[in-house]
Amino acid sequence: MSAAPYPYAWAAGYYDDGDRPQVVTSRFQYDDSYTLDRYHATGGYEGLRKALGMQPAEVADEVKKSTLLGRGGAGFPAGVKWGFTPAGVWPRYLVVNGDESEPGTYKDRLLMELDPHQLIEGCLIASYAAGLSQCFLYVRGEMALAHERVAKALDDAYAAGYIGKNILDTNFSVDIVLHWGAGAYVVGEETALIESLEGERGMPRLKPPYFPAAIGLYGMPTIVNNVETLSNLPFIASNGSAAYTAIGTETSPGTRMIAVSGHVKRPGVYEIVNGSTTFRDLIYGDEFAQGIRDGNELKAFVPGGGSAPWFVADQLDIPFEGREASGAGSMLGSGAVMVMDDTTDIPAAALTLVKFYAHESCGKCVPCREGGTWLYRILERIVAGNGTDADLDTIRQVGESICPGDMPHAASERLGISAVPFPYKMTTICFVGPSAYVPVHSAMTLFPEEFDALVTKREPRSLIHVTAAPSGGQ
Amino acid sequence: MSRLTDANVALAREIIARYPKKKSALIPLVHLSQQQNGYVTEDAMRHVAELIDVTPAEVYGTASFYEMFRFEPTGKYLINICGTLSCALMGADQLMHHAEHTLGVKAGSTTPDGLITLQHAECQAACTEAPTLQVNYRHRFRVTAADFDQLVDDLRAGKLDGEIPPHGTLGRNRQHIPADRAVGAQHPDDVTTGPAWIEIAEAAQ
Repeated sequence: MSAAPYPYAWAAGYYDDGDRPQVVTSRFQYDDSYTLDRYHATGGYEGLRKALGMQPAEVADEVKKSTLLGRGGAGFPAGVKWGFTPAGVWPRYLVVNGDESEPGTYKDRLLMELDPHQLIEGCLIASYAAGLSQCFLYVRGEMALAHERVAKALDDAYAAGYIGKNILDTNFSVDIVLHWGAGAYVVGEETALIESLEGERGMPRLKPPYFPAAIGLYGMPTIVNNVETLSNLPFIASNGSAAYTAIGTETSPGTRMIAVSGHVKRPGVYEIVNGSTTFRDLIYGDEFAQGIRDGNELKAFVPGGGSAPWFVADQLDIPFEGREASGAGSMLGSGAVMVMDDTTDIPAAALTLVKFYAHESCGKCVPCREGGTWLYRILERIVAGNGTDADLDTIRQVGESICPGDMPHAASERLGISAVPFPYKMTTICFVGPSAYVPVHSAMTLFPEEFDALVTKREPRSLIHVTAAPSGGQ
Repeated sequence: MSRLTDANVALAREIIARYPKKKSALIPLVHLSQQQNGYVTEDAMRHVAELIDVTPAEVYGTASFYEMFRFEPTGKYLINICGTLSCALMGADQLMHHAEHTLGVKAGSTTPDGLITLQHAECQAACTEAPTLQVNYRHRFRVTAADFDQLVDDLRAGKLDGEIPPHGTLGRNRQHIPADRAVGAQHPDDVTTGPAWIEIAEAAQ
């Protein structure tokens, strides 16, 4: 166990990979990466200075040209999103989504803990370009260190004249307020985040009409951007959109931070080139996770956070590109790959995710509130060895009430099934409901024999382990 | 008992002033009360309601939605063991089993001396360092059974007092916006024109 948060076990390998472009993680190599001194010494706030030398509309245009895709999960172009604010309606707000809690995902926490000034600079550039007069930086409640680092960085940046009245002696003025969350996964959904910021229970709003860019915080136009998305802006402002689009592919420029966890030799958070890096590279590549632990075989992997349908070995050569992943039956989501080796009890693994989403349902939409809970209860009894054939049918019926019609899944050569492309239809406002069905649907579709065995044998199990205890290598 | 102290009321007013509408300060102020009292009391919620001009029921209504707010006495140290997929794959259930044995209590309860509360938790955003736990929301990575026992010994001996403040304290430092630099929050109804840098840029075109 390492007591201090840093250095991470994977850090050494991370730093050695100097030939990969680093857009957002370039300062992670320094022990004092989070300080204003280090930020200044490494080109910090130069993007802001450049932006302030341009007209706001020119800055917005540059971001649009960079095709910076939102990194929160939906992957919508940030510059286009900014353009949705209605003309002449003031004030406009910026809400930073730092409520990262998608299972398997962490990049925003690292960006806030290790490079808070980069995020602050991104907030300032966005506010200048889109005319946002106040910024609320919503940090997930359970991230104590991020609160401390971001609070200190904000204090230092205020004192240095980067935030507040007449920034760098221009007529640009904006406050950035650090706001604490208090523990609710659903608040990562942008309209729920706004509700929470208004002091309410974090329940999503209906879209339409509540698209935040039109009707957001306090009913005013509001841009909600993810931490990683905003952290890309200093690079784009400093180097221009052409330098950004030179990395990655045309449809997915730049880099992405991907957490690779589970049964791999070197789990870690890697900044990868968007669009071209494949899942095989990520899981087996020497510069990334270096393969499956203990010489075991890959059984399945979750390609884009707990909400994403699962992939198996047949999908390893798919690149990290949104359309390719959708076509193959899943999504890239929040940038999290969770790897399961052949010692994994698949129904028990799916149960951990179903439990998560059932637990995190806010209770607003009936299919999620009731359906998610029933999916959890039924799957729990199947995994415990007390389920029947009828339970498998009930799971599908409950799933159908949340996601009517074809449910996306991956192809499997072993089973002779082809892919159903992403996305699904849904009867709920947000993705929490469908996300409770996704893992059990994937598991039942790709590993039907494990569920059949459980309901046929019906041997009650008192202590269930998702896998055998971790190997000695860890 | 347990209304906010004068010092915390001053802090509360500073926090409230940052928001265009007072109710936005609800969650930060309930956190502040939990920092003061170790958990969220009814008196504290009444006091928060007074400060932001809502009813106590509205404060409870919002606060009860969020998992970090606890409405009954809690151990000085809240240990949350993650059980979501990445941690489960690396032995989280075995770790929880061990923790329950070491502490002599089941998950969801507090040790008889009132020092440690043990809980199941969901994803803690440290999935590559599984299995993980948090003590008062401070991470511990790749935790073995022996690590857990050492952690409990250290907590009991007070060895981690500087690093891990008592339950309820989130950050050991807080944001302070200096008055001479602050733009100040305006109620949205009081804003009718665009911000200066936009108006000037548009006028120049």
